[in-house]
Amino acid sequence: MLKRSVYITFATAMMLMGFAILAVGNYESTVSARGFQDKPAQTAQVKIDNFSFAPPTLTIAVGTTVTWTNQDDIPHNVVSTDKSFKSRVMDTDEKFSFTFSKAGSYDYFCSIHPKMTGKVVVQ
Amino acid sequence: MSDVKKKDELLFDHNTDGVDRRGFLKCMAWAGTGAFCVMSGGVLKSYSLSRVSKIGAADAAGELSFVQISDSHMGFNKPANADVAGTLKAAINKINALPVAPEFMLHTGDISHLSKPEEFDTVEQILKASPAKDVFYVPGEHDILNDDGKQFLDRYGKGSSGGGWRSFDKKGVHFIGLVNVQNLKAGGLGSIGNEQLEWMEKDVKHLKSSTPIVVYAHIPLWSVYPEWGWGTEDSAQALGYLKKFGSVTVLNGHIHQVMQKVEGNITFHTAASTAFPQPAPGKADSPGPMKVPAEQLRNVLGITDINTMQGRHALAVIDSTLA
Repeated sequence: MLKRSVYITFATAMMLMGFAILAVGNYESTVSARGFQDKPAQTAQVKIDNFSFAPPTLTIAVGTTVTWTNQDDIPHNVVSTDKSFKSRVMDTDEKFSFTFSKAGSYDYFCSIHPKMTGKVVVQ
Repeated sequence: MSDVKKKDELLFDHNTDGVDRRGFLKCMAWAGTGAFCVMSGGVLKSYSLSRVSKIGAADAAGELSFVQISDSHMGFNKPANADVAGTLKAAINKINALPVAPEFMLHTGDISHLSKPEEFDTVEQILKASPAKDVFYVPGEHDILNDDGKQFLDRYGKGSSGGGWRSFDKKGVHFIGLVNVQNLKAGGLGSIGNEQLEWMEKDVKHLKSSTPIVVYAHIPLWSVYPEWGWGTEDSAQALGYLKKFGSVTVLNGHIHQVMQKVEGNITFHTAASTAFPQPAPGKADSPGPMKVPAEQLRNVLGITDINTMQGRHALAVIDSTLA
């Protein structure tokens, strides 16, 4: 218990130092304020390859930004079945990102190759 | 000629119990090099394309000759074929070299790879070198990206209904172009949709049952391999409207390989791509482009030449590779 709180204290100290360095480094930059958000932005990745989404089901926290990357030789897109998000068509190596701000289960598919289906569970 | 014919001719009487399976498989085995098939009076005759030059003019010529090309995927530049413009030009050269100039062409979709205007422009430019006066297009899923097909309709929709479907008559043969790449549902297959089905039912109602019918659409109208989406969910309903007709030929693309099947009065046929091959059903992890050695590429791409013979109610379907 004691050991853990020491670690936490240490980690907090390191983070503060990090922010301090960031703040100094960005002193003249208008974007410096972004370094001080309460929570660091969370991200997750879905790989599109071989006509499939990996992982097929992704579980994330509210506020997470998911980025799909098409690594296939064929264009694909990402369309939620409830129409809450829809990407443009992604050619090879192109990406699409969406931030999930509400909890729920989001089924999606590639509307060009509808056999390709996936799910994002937002908790 | 007669020796060749004896050796390569397959006769299967599918009036008794469907298709002679051994014969059908032999026909399938020719798929890589193409096949020439004539259906007449319920008997399918099939010849290897490698022998097509030895088949007499009487077998190949008919009242009406047209060509199907498919899956040009202009704009595709991955290792499976870095020069899809070059292979489309080779396809047009092949068409120009046919003994009988086709009256028109059918393009069964995936004209472009990414629906970019310049991709369509390039295809149109290359097709100008063909002897066919008209080209009738149906869209593939790659032709309606991001705009639900608006550009496709602007370019190729003249005289069509709805999402680009149409019918027309040529020398007694009734042609029906269907669109089955719109409004696809998650987990589903190709889809024709109610509006188009109703149109089709009305379209064929007034026709005599002796009228030869040719249906063309992008995604196969028979269940080639549903696991890869190679089928159309409401195709049975569409084909149901064609039961009364003695001769129905269905021409599709999408799967980038030659396949055929005979079921009752209907002959199904898929054309090769002019751009890149795809694996045989289930023979790879996914239906993605298949890379073959450069010297073999033109053996797995191709065109389909179709002749109809008045009074015989038969269509001869000839697949040519680009080699």
